[in-house]
Amino acid sequence: MNLDAREPSGPIEDRWTQHKASSKLVAPANRRKYKVIVVGTGLAGGAAAATLGELGYKVQCFCFQDSPRRAHSIAAQGGINAAKNYQNDGDSVYRLFYDTVKGGDFRSRESNVYRLSELSVSIIDQAVAQGVPFAREYGGLLANRSFGGAQVSRTFYARGQTGQQLLLGAYSALARQIEAGTVDMHPRTEMLDLIVVDGKARGIVTRHLVTGKVEAHVADVVILCTGGYGNVFFLSTNAQGSNCTAAWRAHRRGALFANPCYTQIHPTCIPQSGSYQSKLTLMSESLRNDGRVWVPRNEEDVGKDPTKIPEQDRYYYLEERYPAFGNLVPRDVASRNALYVTNDGLGIGPEVDGERRGVYLDFADAINRLGEQTIRERYGNLFEMYERITGDSPYQTPMRIYPATHYTMGGLWVDYNLMSTIDGLFVGGEANFSDHGANRLGASALMQGLADGYFVLPFTIGNYLGTERNFDGVSEDHPDVRAAVDDVNSRISSLLSAPKAKHAPQWFHRKLGSIIWHQCGMSRNGEGLSQAIDDIRELREQFHREVKVTGGEGEFNQTLERAGRVADFMELGELMCRDALDRAESCGGHFREEHQTEDGEAARRDDEFSYVAAWEFSGDPAQPTLHKEPLTFEYVKPVQRSYK
Amino acid sequence: MYLILHIWRQQGPRDKGHFERHEARDVSEHMSFLEMLDVINEQLIEAGKDPIAFDHDCREGICGMCGMVVNGEAHGPQRQTTTCQLHMRQFQNGDELWIEPWRASGFPIIKDLSVDRSAFDRIIQAGGYVSIRTGSAPDANEIPIPKGVSDHAMDAAACIGCGACVAACPNASASLFVAAKVSHLGLLPQGQAERPDRVRKMVAQMDAEQFGACTNHAECEAACPKGISISFIARMNRDHLKSMIASSDDVEARPAK
Ligand SMILES: Cc1cc2nc3c(=O)[nH]c(=O)nc-3n(C[C@H](O)[C@H](O)[C@H](O)COP(=O)(O)OP(=O)(O)OC[C@H]3O[C@@H](n4cnc5c(N)ncnc54)[C@H](O)[C@@H]3O)c2cc1C
Ligand code: FES
Repeated sequence: MNLDAREPSGPIEDRWTQHKASSKLVAPANRRKYKVIVVGTGLAGGAAAATLGELGYKVQCFCFQDSPRRAHSIAAQGGINAAKNYQNDGDSVYRLFYDTVKGGDFRSRESNVYRLSELSVSIIDQAVAQGVPFAREYGGLLANRSFGGAQVSRTFYARGQTGQQLLLGAYSALARQIEAGTVDMHPRTEMLDLIVVDGKARGIVTRHLVTGKVEAHVADVVILCTGGYGNVFFLSTNAQGSNCTAAWRAHRRGALFANPCYTQIHPTCIPQSGSYQSKLTLMSESLRNDGRVWVPRNEEDVGKDPTKIPEQDRYYYLEERYPAFGNLVPRDVASRNALYVTNDGLGIGPEVDGERRGVYLDFADAINRLGEQTIRERYGNLFEMYERITGDSPYQTPMRIYPATHYTMGGLWVDYNLMSTIDGLFVGGEANFSDHGANRLGASALMQGLADGYFVLPFTIGNYLGTERNFDGVSEDHPDVRAAVDDVNSRISSLLSAPKAKHAPQWFHRKLGSIIWHQCGMSRNGEGLSQAIDDIRELREQFHREVKVTGGEGEFNQTLERAGRVADFMELGELMCRDALDRAESCGGHFREEHQTEDGEAARRDDEFSYVAAWEFSGDPAQPTLHKEPLTFEYVKPVQRSYK
Repeated sequence: MYLILHIWRQQGPRDKGHFERHEARDVSEHMSFLEMLDVINEQLIEAGKDPIAFDHDCREGICGMCGMVVNGEAHGPQRQTTTCQLHMRQFQNGDELWIEPWRASGFPIIKDLSVDRSAFDRIIQAGGYVSIRTGSAPDANEIPIPKGVSDHAMDAAACIGCGACVAACPNASASLFVAAKVSHLGLLPQGQAERPDRVRKMVAQMDAEQFGACTNHAECEAACPKGISISFIARMNRDHLKSMIASSDDVEARPAK
């Protein structure tokens, strides 16, 4: 297979403009003849569906929640980056591009990242025009903050609800198109398969989650904006329904899956409190600006009241190990170090399954220095949220935090046009692999979702339709369409009739999550990964034998929904481990213990691994085929990241 | 902790429905309310019984998907807290809880604790937006907005669309939800051009969706997990009146489903 990224050539700052100038367009009167399916209504899908509808295409849009406004983008707290340089602090499109390529540990495609930085500017204009109430200064102009250790203040935010406000903006644009009749919205409808006819994506098979009706929808183009697969870990900061089914089913139909092992584990989340735990809650990264991270120096102190542990017995491990960046080291470094100190028996907080997995984030010094009022102004709502969940007040006692899965950089492989290896199947937002390499910088996922949705996809879809032009009519009776529907129905029946039905789907999900978290989480090694691959396979077989789904298919059946998602996570989980095993280097969020520098930092191996690993489904989940897209760096020369 | 639960079970919109008694044992105070229900559901599934259907997604109080009435209070006893953020330490050993869905004719029951809130989407479709083409926006700093105005708009925009306001209102009115949206856009300069039309269209749609009238009980504000103020309702009413006086043509609502 030839993995052609279709990157334009020439100076990087002209590539997108050139590409647009030389692309095909579809005349306004012809657009309504084309049917476009958009799966997902987060920032990427919502923005794409609204814009394509506005352009005049016939759009069918799908989400599994009861309203498009509830896609998981709504949960993003911190902010969105844009190279506006409103603060006059030396920011530029080039600098944002540079930071993102470097932050991704030199595992992303330069042309894509440059375009992302370039488009960041228009996103803010668009959002403000829609009525997104970003934070403002007293003079009435937009406020910015520095985020995740960036040296410039380029992050725009709306209190701690930036994702919510941006999504409500995209949702309102979508609502306007639904009213105008250009977008047909299907909430509570889950995509369960992709329809491919003559090598082209021509539709999807869905199940209506209330009535259980399984049906085919045909179209000329399919766009997946279905979010990330973080819930493969069972516990993550994702919403309960977030899943990999749409992407995984497309993968099984021929779309390559890129870099599945690149996942981001966020350092500041509220630790697990018991085995019943269903999700983990993120505490904004901004807390590390004023909080100091520590654990007791001595193992006998881990159960003690932290306020009674004297200064000399506290181990401020980030400040000691990374004097230059201290508590503001990047996410991957902060997370890995929390793992190490807890592995050394210094973790704090209640024991869950015999382990204390937590570290302190302490505001006592900041409160002394700045006063409680200032801290309340900065973090009041976060402290309240923490107290609501844990019952402790961070004004009185240090917060307890621990890393949790938060974002997945891997996803379906796409070219510069965001088209997958199946013609006519486009992928946007977190569901694709494109812009963040092996590690994503804070405030850049919202930016990517909206860049893809508002500005890239509406354009590249036009180019695709304008180039292909004539689509043979595919009806719902086409044999390939019928076969896809039959496939879905038979998968559903087998989930409902496992031969030795015994455990609920969540029982298996929890077990899968535990394997992945321990073997393919913050720190990985060859032996553990090989073991995980065997364990997952065994668990998958047990799942298909013993999963218990009550109720029937023709009704509102949340157990059945869950079972289908867990089944796909099982297969993806194995691929993740395989990819992690194959990548014998450390980069970004992927840390292989065998490949570290003398002082324990990630050691990249550019000569051998400077490529995108794109996996092809071979028919057997245990035998995927690896394809490589080599990465070249013309502008940002690879260097070793150092935060000492 | 040990609790006795009376949970509303209803197969579908046409079923009459009834309370079903459950006992929750070994409940940890650190569990969220929904996690307590998860444990019951897992036991029900393993016993071959139909688990309790309820909507939820983010479980961090922002998507607005969850919501149930606990002992007569929408989202339960803790103020400014969604059901998913409600934790069991708010209850005591031996407590008896009645758990019901949102009840309103504008929100037909789908199954058990899950209801159809698509009326809210239709109200937004009626006019809850600023009509701006993608890519045609001026520079974001071209129009300065006083910080106070922008903050006030954000107070309204914080609404998560969960429907607790409707569930808490004795008249099942959706005024707080609609007012929050109308005010968010009506306060900002970007929302001015369509302001009179927007409020008329959205109110007309609200009326068509079988929500009741607002008679100032203020239960909505008390139940709102985001603390949206009822002063926005007064604002909406003023805008609505002004717009009705200024314009003579009628607006047409879409039929409710
Ligand atoms: C707690 C949290 C905080 C974050 N904070 C930030 C931040 O401050 N800044 C930042 O830049 N990024 C942040 N992120 C990351 C960012 O929010 C996400 O990466 C981004 O919003 C993803 O958008 P999306 O449109 O790709 O997908 P999503 O918003 O996840 O939307 C997925 C959509 O696909 C639909 N869908 C999925 N599968 C199916 C299916 N099979 N059938 C039908 N529909 C389906 C869903 O219904 C949904 O509409 C945060 C993430 C989390 C979890
Ligand atoms: S589940 Fe999202 S607000 Fe409760």
